[in-house]
Amino acid sequence: MSEDTSDAASTGSEGPTGSESPGGSGKPLGAELESEPPGAPRRSFLAGTVAAVLGAVASLVPITAGAAALLDPLRRRTSSSDLTLVTRLSAIPEDGTPKKFTVTKDRTDAWATYADTPVGAVYLRRTDDGIVALNTVCPHAGCFVGMAPDRAGFACPCHKSSFDLDGAVDDPASPSPRDMDALDVEVRNGDEVWVRFQHFLPGREEKTPV
Amino acid sequence: MRSIIDWLDDRTGVRALVRGALYEHIPGGARWRYIWGSTLTFAFFVQLVTGIVLWAAYSANAQGAWESVYYIQNQMLGGWLLRGIHHYMAQAMIVLLVLHLMQVMIDGAYRAPREVNFWFGLALLGLVLGLSLTGYLLPWDQKGFWATKVATSIASMTPVVGPAMQQLLVGGSEYGHHTLTRFFALHAGVLPAGMVLLVVGHIYLFRRHGVTVPEKHERKPAGMFWPDQVLKDGVASLVVMATVLGLVLWTGGAHLGAPADPSEPYSAARPEWYFLFLFQWLKYFPAGWEVVGAQVIPGMVFGLVAAMPIIGKWKLGHRFNLGVGAAILGGIVLLTWLARVEDATDPDFRAAQAEAEAEAHRAAELAASPRGIPGAGGLAMLRDDPLTQGPKIFAANCASCHRFEGHDGLGTIPADEPSASDLAGFGSREWLRGILDGDRVGTEEYFGGTAHVRGRMVRFVTRGLPRLTDKERDDLEKVVLAVSAEAGLPYQAGADSADAEAIAEGRELIGSEAINCVRCHTFRQYEGDEDVPRLTGWGSRAWILGMLHDPTEPEYYGEDNDRMPSFGVDETLTPREMGLVADWLRRDWYAATTAH
Repeated sequence: MSEDTSDAASTGSEGPTGSESPGGSGKPLGAELESEPPGAPRRSFLAGTVAAVLGAVASLVPITAGAAALLDPLRRRTSSSDLTLVTRLSAIPEDGTPKKFTVTKDRTDAWATYADTPVGAVYLRRTDDGIVALNTVCPHAGCFVGMAPDRAGFACPCHKSSFDLDGAVDDPASPSPRDMDALDVEVRNGDEVWVRFQHFLPGREEKTPV
Repeated sequence: MRSIIDWLDDRTGVRALVRGALYEHIPGGARWRYIWGSTLTFAFFVQLVTGIVLWAAYSANAQGAWESVYYIQNQMLGGWLLRGIHHYMAQAMIVLLVLHLMQVMIDGAYRAPREVNFWFGLALLGLVLGLSLTGYLLPWDQKGFWATKVATSIASMTPVVGPAMQQLLVGGSEYGHHTLTRFFALHAGVLPAGMVLLVVGHIYLFRRHGVTVPEKHERKPAGMFWPDQVLKDGVASLVVMATVLGLVLWTGGAHLGAPADPSEPYSAARPEWYFLFLFQWLKYFPAGWEVVGAQVIPGMVFGLVAAMPIIGKWKLGHRFNLGVGAAILGGIVLLTWLARVEDATDPDFRAAQAEAEAEAHRAAELAASPRGIPGAGGLAMLRDDPLTQGPKIFAANCASCHRFEGHDGLGTIPADEPSASDLAGFGSREWLRGILDGDRVGTEEYFGGTAHVRGRMVRFVTRGLPRLTDKERDDLEKVVLAVSAEAGLPYQAGADSADAEAIAEGRELIGSEAINCVRCHTFRQYEGDEDVPRLTGWGSRAWILGMLHDPTEPEYYGEDNDRMPSFGVDETLTPREMGLVADWLRRDWYAATTAH
């Protein structure tokens, strides 16, 4: 080692343990530990092992209990995948422009249950194949995708992902790995628009529900 | 006194401890360039003090976080100062860390035997960034919410463990109470505890190795930590504190946005300025390369910095390290600058920022109102505010036909021509005078875009009214006052009560020969035709709600209704939403008195 270590040793000797050790034996602390009675190694090895095991067992209790509670969210599976009534057909523009709707439903958040509370938003749009619902959450990094101000389509205000009216990525430079997330839609009782409001893992090509 | 210290020293050895800590030799003497570590320790101390006091007032749950931070910021004695110091000292810490790291690199202080301490330093940098990231979410405002959503999204992209990691961080599959409890446990417990351990280790190792003295200073006489270096450290810490205090006073303290709302767009989402480079960086990675951009490359760069002590052993290693350091710093500065410029020149972003600012301001105003923050929380409070929610509902549901001062309620002018009246000031005298003006009734402002342009009303206004005598014209003005008074507009209440006499006259004159509104319209005792909008209670909240509910009722347009949807009957708007629009049009919202 270099000179620094010797420096360190000299600074270390100024430290509290070096100069005045408690107990008044005059010997440095380390020396006492080193001078074991003869014949002891076996006994001290045994004692050491037992101490380690006992200590580990005792410590495992809080650690296990803590880990269990900490990992609890992994048990909380997807929020219910039921369909939610979002709006009526008549509220969706006839000309095929998308319109944003707030999705409200009952939601349990940890200890509290909220009746009919806004949980997110969808874009609904009329197409030749019926109503299309797109989650407003960007599949790239989770921002709220807005309507593009200058063209017919969607644009994310964060990292500039860009989508056409169908929610398909329309720009090769767009950082979004997949199209906007389409959601299941059902029209019930003639004019009720029901949507399966779901979120999907961001930043990957495949649509994996969370 | 002395005997007390003797007693204590006898039992604890405190004198030797203090002596050891203070009477440290500094080879080459005390120098200004050694201050960075001490200022950082000081900054951490400030964060501990302010953080613990903030903790004593903060509530980590989705219905209490914004509310308690609002309370700290606006109601508690010196709360804004406390939070401001915590906020800006966190940023100062990042700056000081970078300066400290630069000093260590330039001096080559990472070389043997100081490798481990260099890594301790890097770990501390990681912890400080983690503290910033977790702290940003705690106020649970729109800004923190959306920025953190991006951060946890990036975490979820980690191969294999990503989704589980995100779920553990967020405390479930969606953001909520447990996101806050977890982030708070990290921010106030785990990360600071790690900091304390590492700072102690860092300082211990630093004392073990001593300062790295440049060759040219090696021959200079040694100095003492106390008081030579402590004096310099003290001055530097004071400068840091003064700078932070200056920032707090200059900016008025830390910002608090509107309460977090997952259902409302937030286009002004940006991370804290020291993460902007990563934000900008992420824009350059096309589909499929997110993990590379967000994790692999930053990880490699961090790894390269961590390898500096090893690289530095080679002949040109130190120079190489300096080059790498300069390149990283340059890259970060460049990316940050690009992000700033892009945002500054993006009108949409600036508009989003202005909107976010307006919502934040409004939320604070409502919270300060006599009604205060309801038990349901700040978000519920904001959602019930006609001033901010009315125009959104109007823009989404009414502005395809109607206008508000020529725009859609939110300031955008729709591409299509309006096909119904402009509802700004609906119910007011001004609005009525306009509809009774032959030059205006047939324009887009009123019936221009509707079938009613060929109706009896427009005919009456354009042909009948011009024939009025001056006296009858004065009478008509009284009728205007009387009908407008039906609305009971809060902003016209003063004028209505001042003109009570004229209004009473107007109520009679409405049936007069020349004016005779009641030939068609129902007004109080006068019974008019069906399918002509009733003037009794015209413009009142109940009247507007009835119109929104079903304009095809005989007391509104009935069978003559021209395309106005029955929002209530069709259930396309909820009663709550209709109420918000009505209140907004009537400007019936809480207005802060500007007197104080």
